[in-house]
Amino acid sequence: MSKNLLLPKPHEILEIIRETEIEYTFRVEADLKVEHGQFFQISLPKIGEAPISVSAMGDNWLEFTIRKVGKVTNEIFNLRPGDKLFMRGPYGTSFPIDKYKDKDLVVIAGGTGVSPVRSTLKHFYQNPDDINSLYFIAGFKDKKSILFEEDLENFKTKFNTIYTLDNEQVEGFEVGFVTEHIKKIPFDTFEDYNVIIVGPPAMMHFAALECLKNGVPEEKIWVSFERKMSCAVGKCGHCKIDETYVCLEGPVFNYTKAKELLD
Amino acid sequence: MSYSVSVKKMNEILKELQKDYKVYAPKRFEKRGRYSDTDLIRYAEISMVEEIVYDEKADFSPKEVIYPITQTLFYFTEHEYKESKVHDKGILIFARPCDINGIKRLDTIFLENGDQEDIYYKRLREKVKFILMECKEGWDTCFCVSMGSNQTDNYSLAVRFAENNLLVEVKDEAFNNLFANEKTTDFTPEFVTSNQVTVKIPEIDNKEILKKVHDLDMWESYNSRCGNCGACTSACITCSCFTTSDVIYSENGRAGERRRVWASCLHEDFTEMAGGHSFRNTPGERMRFRTLHKVYDFKARFGEEQMCVGCGRCTDRCPQLISFATTINRLSEEVNKLKNKKVSQVQAASKEVE
Repeated sequence: MSKNLLLPKPHEILEIIRETEIEYTFRVEADLKVEHGQFFQISLPKIGEAPISVSAMGDNWLEFTIRKVGKVTNEIFNLRPGDKLFMRGPYGTSFPIDKYKDKDLVVIAGGTGVSPVRSTLKHFYQNPDDINSLYFIAGFKDKKSILFEEDLENFKTKFNTIYTLDNEQVEGFEVGFVTEHIKKIPFDTFEDYNVIIVGPPAMMHFAALECLKNGVPEEKIWVSFERKMSCAVGKCGHCKIDETYVCLEGPVFNYTKAKELLD
Repeated sequence: MSYSVSVKKMNEILKELQKDYKVYAPKRFEKRGRYSDTDLIRYAEISMVEEIVYDEKADFSPKEVIYPITQTLFYFTEHEYKESKVHDKGILIFARPCDINGIKRLDTIFLENGDQEDIYYKRLREKVKFILMECKEGWDTCFCVSMGSNQTDNYSLAVRFAENNLLVEVKDEAFNNLFANEKTTDFTPEFVTSNQVTVKIPEIDNKEILKKVHDLDMWESYNSRCGNCGACTSACITCSCFTTSDVIYSENGRAGERRRVWASCLHEDFTEMAGGHSFRNTPGERMRFRTLHKVYDFKARFGEEQMCVGCGRCTDRCPQLISFATTINRLSEEVNKLKNKKVSQVQAASKEVE
């Protein structure tokens, strides 16, 4: 009998970090090889299952930053350290870290879109010599939706950062959408570089267009898609866009491919 | 070898087969049809030849035999879970060529897509042997010939039903002994060679055309017509999408199960994520998604064949009378127009250069 690919395994919750009122980071015990940008199917038996991206990783632990927006995530918020989360994965493609090495990297993230790129950012924060420079534009709706405040502070010391809020004035933050700040990136001074864009669909669309307008070639842009998934292994059909399965060929896509994915 | 077998004898053979197999065939459920006073014909276990409805088209496909509408994946207790089990018998399915070819498409999704096989599908699928029901004419909504799914050699037995007897071709040697004393004939099954309906598959050969297909006005006409009911996808032999959902047993809140249930890309919540964002928000967009999956992107991905087998059940079941054959042909016409427009633009441009 082949492996049961839908079978989840229990993992103990080590710590729960409150990021915002509706977003908590769950650190779970897990000794699994995971690449930056991959995701897991996280479930609570008798409640349900949902795809969640890995927001950080370390020796024997993984972090998932979860927003309380649905049946499964509502219930997950009732858990305490010591309780178990059920998981299967990791699934999907990852950000090609090796390709980014020794070049400049621009990361543009909006809202919960910071989660899937957080482990990549942490990687280069811990290995700053692996990269020429890193420009990080992070956008949030308002003060109360700012995620990973401690990381944002730390990143300031090693990266060139632009943090912005859509419509609230707060010290240390610009005002406006991330797209409005893309022109500040000195693309023409880079010898070779990559751009990662992750966020809500409309934000990714307009941020990519803005990058193209600023002369960024399509093949240098990387995005990560979020879709409904019931299986994450190419069977349930929910994440399919034409002949592409986001769970198998994504969630990380190069823009040359992503621009052809029309829902 | 082929045999002529009386109905009485065939019933004895079926009885013998049922020791090792569950036998499924299209069966009549009186007064259970969608309109008052009509019957429903769908797949179910049978034990006698007389139960098999061979001269009418089944309203539903045999896919539910191997891919049930609702299927338990795990049973949960407080801290443990157990994989669900299936029966230990083989499965024999009386099926027409379109459906046997349709199950090949399901095999592609469940056993080939991704890098792992779906064991819940495989554990039932590997039990199956087909008994081909000869289908020489089809019905008014069939277009199997256009889809190339009117023929198959994937069967263990093939049968032609006649008034008092059946002609049976035995291809699978495992069944030879059951027919050893019967009168031999030279029967081989015939296949449909033409349908009343034909379709022309749209030739979408590059992403530029695909993009224009997405933007076609024709999809908008379905906004007021398609009712998002998903009757088409549940009748379809090749629709394979599902949603998993967990249930708690109401008598005992600490026990429950994880199930998967057929899902339809025509339903409004098919792409809806937690938080409410969804991607195809109009019936037209969802109709476009379904149509392209059936006659474009399944083949684009797997290379061999279109997903649609032309059984026409979606057309039969649509309460809004949307004909899928008409939809396909309409799309083909639009694609041709797009291509001709491009050719004439190129010609006009080259004229200007001259």
